[in-house]
Amino acid sequence: MFASIMEQLINGLRTGSIYALIAIGYTMVYGIAKMINFAHGDVIMVGAYALYVCIGVYKLPVLPSVIITCIFCSVLGVVLEKVAYKPLRNAPPLAVLITAIGMSYLLQSASLLIFGATPIPFSSIINVKSIVVGGITISGITIVTLIVTIIAMIILTLFINKTKAGASMRAVSEDRGAAELVGINVNKTISMTFAIGSFLAAIAGILFICQYESLKPTLGALPGIKAFVAAVLGGIGSIPGAMVGGVILGIIESLSKAYISTQLSDAIVFGVLVVVLLVKPTGLLGKIKKEKV
Amino acid sequence: MKKFLSLLMAATMCFSLAACGGSSDGEQTQEQTTETTETAEGNVFKIGGLGPLTGGSASYGTSVKNGAELAVNEINAAGGVKVGDTTYTLELNFLDDEAKEATAVTAYNSLMDDGINALLGNVTSGACIAVKDLAAQDGILQITPSGSAIACITDAPNAFRLCFTDPLQGKTMADFAVNKLGKTNIAVIFNNSDDYSTGVKTAFVEEVTALGGNIVAEEAFNEGDVDFSTQLTSIKNSSAEIIFAPVYYEAAAYIAKQANDLGMTLPFIGSDGWDGVLAQVTDPAVVEGAIFLSPFLATDPEVKEFTDAYQAAYNAVPDQFAADGYDTVYVMKAAMEQAGSIESEALIAAMTEIEVAGTTGTVKFTADGEPNKAAKFVQIKNGEYVAYHVDEQ
Repeated sequence: MFASIMEQLINGLRTGSIYALIAIGYTMVYGIAKMINFAHGDVIMVGAYALYVCIGVYKLPVLPSVIITCIFCSVLGVVLEKVAYKPLRNAPPLAVLITAIGMSYLLQSASLLIFGATPIPFSSIINVKSIVVGGITISGITIVTLIVTIIAMIILTLFINKTKAGASMRAVSEDRGAAELVGINVNKTISMTFAIGSFLAAIAGILFICQYESLKPTLGALPGIKAFVAAVLGGIGSIPGAMVGGVILGIIESLSKAYISTQLSDAIVFGVLVVVLLVKPTGLLGKIKKEKV
Repeated sequence: MKKFLSLLMAATMCFSLAACGGSSDGEQTQEQTTETTETAEGNVFKIGGLGPLTGGSASYGTSVKNGAELAVNEINAAGGVKVGDTTYTLELNFLDDEAKEATAVTAYNSLMDDGINALLGNVTSGACIAVKDLAAQDGILQITPSGSAIACITDAPNAFRLCFTDPLQGKTMADFAVNKLGKTNIAVIFNNSDDYSTGVKTAFVEEVTALGGNIVAEEAFNEGDVDFSTQLTSIKNSSAEIIFAPVYYEAAAYIAKQANDLGMTLPFIGSDGWDGVLAQVTDPAVVEGAIFLSPFLATDPEVKEFTDAYQAAYNAVPDQFAADGYDTVYVMKAAMEQAGSIESEALIAAMTEIEVAGTTGTVKFTADGEPNKAAKFVQIKNGEYVAYHVDEQ
């Protein structure tokens, strides 16, 4: 029984850490640009296909492929922002939201046109043997996923708290106008945020296809939505919140599937979100912002 | 925060609208096609085909289409079909239904506009059920090569099927697991949002219980799920000796791979949706030893002629869907010859009088439209499909 609970927790931790990686992208963009980038989930998909093109089509070695994938997604994130969102920076939030959904469809349809709808099998690039600790089996991909996520989060936290660029990101998220007045380049900071968010999405995409070994144009949609929920759960705009929200969401999902009902697990996940928002409307770690008059 | 919630709801709604697709409209009208039937080129019997050519089940539709095309070309090369005093050449018009109900209905209407004489389809159960009532109203002969849900042909005297039904598959596999393999503790993993999967599962569970076996785990998942580790962990920690997975090959590939990741070594048995799984897994070792029900095996010497012809035409090994498509065309041919007419009513009446020796076995049809033929099992050995003979084991 104990082993079974532990294994379910580890399953939840693994899916949760992928959600967390994606949720950071949502939450950073929200914190700085005050918009929900619904195309973020599809950046994961683009990352997955980019890796497939590098390794499956051009037969490049693993490391350069991973680097190319991450750079490609970062550039894509910046281009998305410049082309679709920047012209709308002073538009009503609804216009930006609709544009983001439009970009999501654009990316999905583009990959549908290029790669077709038939799922493409893709052999994992992570070949780590699973280990058994006290009767609990932990698969190699789970270990790699957890380690990669933890490293990514430590680097991100250090970057935001210790570097000048990180400080400017914090400043812009607190008050864009004031940040501009003290000489921070807001455009550059926003571009950087999109680049970092998409970089993390690329990592999530790589981990995702190594886990499931199959690609299709809609693969980013569901993790994207779940990660958005995780970001809201943790308090949108808060990076630690996104990490916590992602992991909690993954664990709730896994435990409710295992011990309550596989059919109701999504309902339970969203139910938890509703309860959290009713009790604490800013999410778990979100801050209440005073409206300035 | 209200704003976030409303954004969330708006977004969810937008995404749920995503599943809409259209297929091109048939521009021809009924009158035009009736004229083409009587052109100087001779008499044409038009077969309309419906199946997924894109999407997650595309492999099924493509195989059926290829198989049917091969049969049509063979029959035409041999001089067509002689019905009474007239000879008909066959023509196949196969449209994509994406395995979706809405697309299937649109595609069916396009085919009817095109003036088809008989309908070969649909390939998947859900789409078939959506089209069945329309076809029954139009009174046209409908033969589904592979729509295995009970409801595919019920209340439709014009509808027949070539493959086994879902419950029959479930029953057969239950008998196989308990009596032939001697496993009494059985775990089931199935797609809760799919008619085919739940249909097979329900019959399987009933029959296993009736035979004295235990279902020790019954795990469900939803359409589109890619993560099965939670369900598999539950199965792993139960006392299951074998896993029955009545699912399509895409899910089967995910399940087998993730079971392997979790260090599980339990054998898999599956339904005929498993056919095609080898092309979907990156490492065939994860499905090694799995046994599934399949009416057709390409390596069987009895079907060598068909396999060779198919390979020459499409550069691929035919699967059971290709064989189903191929056989369905020959069944239609037999019905035409028996009926001595190409009127829908005569064709439908002739269906119960024919016996066709096809690549999926010799088949006869009952008045309900059900096929009457024997079950075959296929095992994956050394990364290949081989026949599994029950008596030798």
